[in-house]
Amino acid sequence: MVSYAVRRLVYSVPIVLVASFVLFVAVRAAFDPLAKLRQSRDPAVIARESARLGLDRSVPEQYLLWGKGILQGEWGTSSRTGQPVRSMIAEAMWPTLQLIFWGLLFAVLIALAVSVYSAVRRYTVGDHVLTGLSYLGIALPAFWVGLILIQLLAVAPRQSLGLEDPPLYFIGLHSPGWTGLNLDYVRHLVLPVLTLTITLVASWSRFGRAAMLDALSSDYVRTARAKGVPRRQVVIRHALRNSLAPFVTVVALDAALLFGGLVVTEQIYSIPGMGRLFLDSLLAGDVFVLLPWMLVVAVAVVVCNLIADISYAILDPRVRLS
Amino acid sequence: MSTSTGIVAAAADQPTPTVATGGARSILRRFARHRLALLGTVVLLGLMVACYGAIWIAPSPQGAQDLVLGPTPPSGAHLLGTDDLGRDFLSELLFAGRISLTIGLVVALIATTVGTVLGAVAGYAGGWVDEVIMRITDLFLIVPGIAVLALALRGLGSSPTTIVLVLAALGWTYIARVVRSQVLSLREKEFVDAARVIGASTPRILLRHLLPNLAGVIAVNISLATAAAIIIESTLSFLGFGVQPPRTSWGNMLSQAAGLVGTDQVYLLYFPGLFILLTVLSINFIGDGLRDALDPQAKQL
Repeated sequence: MVSYAVRRLVYSVPIVLVASFVLFVAVRAAFDPLAKLRQSRDPAVIARESARLGLDRSVPEQYLLWGKGILQGEWGTSSRTGQPVRSMIAEAMWPTLQLIFWGLLFAVLIALAVSVYSAVRRYTVGDHVLTGLSYLGIALPAFWVGLILIQLLAVAPRQSLGLEDPPLYFIGLHSPGWTGLNLDYVRHLVLPVLTLTITLVASWSRFGRAAMLDALSSDYVRTARAKGVPRRQVVIRHALRNSLAPFVTVVALDAALLFGGLVVTEQIYSIPGMGRLFLDSLLAGDVFVLLPWMLVVAVAVVVCNLIADISYAILDPRVRLS
Repeated sequence: MSTSTGIVAAAADQPTPTVATGGARSILRRFARHRLALLGTVVLLGLMVACYGAIWIAPSPQGAQDLVLGPTPPSGAHLLGTDDLGRDFLSELLFAGRISLTIGLVVALIATTVGTVLGAVAGYAGGWVDEVIMRITDLFLIVPGIAVLALALRGLGSSPTTIVLVLAALGWTYIARVVRSQVLSLREKEFVDAARVIGASTPRILLRHLLPNLAGVIAVNISLATAAAIIIESTLSFLGFGVQPPRTSWGNMLSQAAGLVGTDQVYLLYFPGLFILLTVLSINFIGDGLRDALDPQAKQL
């Protein structure tokens, strides 16, 4: 298992390198790192900065220089904020990880419950209703869900009840001056996590239902029932246990994409995470942040994909990693 | 195809009967049995007629303002209300639908064509060609789509053509993987060997013998990719990188209404989203129906 993990990581190094090179070339072609300075029109300053950043060299050389800096921990300075890029990304990581944690927690629990219910009660009214809801969830643009939730759960209740504060907040993760796990945090967290959960549950429950149906129609389930194992136990211990493997794989793969995919949710709820950092940097043409950002997200995806494969092998011992 | 093989070759030229489909009529019958797919087709066709025929169908001309009227909630005169410039919102939505639907359909067609060709070539040719194409699809898997799209559109500008090309450039990898894996198994089948033995050329085998067997996955992919492209375009518009005013799409109408949360005009936020929802839902149902009709053995998710 360990040797498999190491081999997989080694194998993905060239992919990450090529991806980062392609992105480097594309971003360098699209944005001028010195755009801010060019307004000052002092050729001496521009020439000095350009030499300091190595912009006077060829693009492959610049890439090598940049890559060396990344490996040595010198990620450069943001042209937008003037802060070190590494600490900016580290700071943005924390809110995003919180969103991913809570979003995954609730989405996985709800999606599993829905999957089991839908598969066991296949073609009943409940199954049809849940299936219909998941179709709706898949067809809804996530940002629209977010805006509607703000309207229905925060703004409308405040207006109709005449409250000073909305029952649920929709800006940031904490009120000014507050930190830590408390009611204030929960009131900030409900809407973004709900937005995430709706989209994730919609697609995962479809997948989980199919996996459960697959397991329920298998020979070992029939055998277990024939031997007299209670139905509930067969569903939980045999069918669910076996359908977890494909389910967890899908969850891990989707979770990987959340690092970047939270762009929309963080934008709606003004959460200073990775998605916001990306958008702000993109609008400012801040290539010094964009490139390391892409690299960090790509590495996160590679690691999550590896976790997906390994957890599959752990949950389904019939699979041998090789 | 060589000319020397004569009659045998002519016989082999008959398109291979696909595994479980068999005839356009039975495909249609299976599709029609899927009630939701039928409903989806009707709704989508209705939307397309209304949007592309908006010049004749819409109650008001595009962009016709009535500043004295201003914003009004839905009423008999304006079914979906009017915006702050007094424009009839239903008409605006129908005109905007032209761009949204066109982007969705064209992206799906381009992405599916490119993906099918590259996937089929990779699977059939094997070797280094396969390796190169598949490593490229690996690249796309590790970068977050919405970020790369925003980056590309910010760099290249957001004209509808650019949006279509950029979305298609990122959207072809999924179908390429599916087609490749199908071709890998199909090329070992006897009917491909038979075609090869009597001298059919590689393009001929790909087009006449393999392509018909891929009809199911291709059709399903076109429908799902259309739905995905419409949602992605609206998301990009919301972030400010999609269709730019004065051009309108459902996405940028939504993003303009985003600031109306908590105001009396919040109804303007509901309708563009409902149009997207209706369209995507219909297309997804059609996709399900197509899968059942063209590929009855496929597992239903």
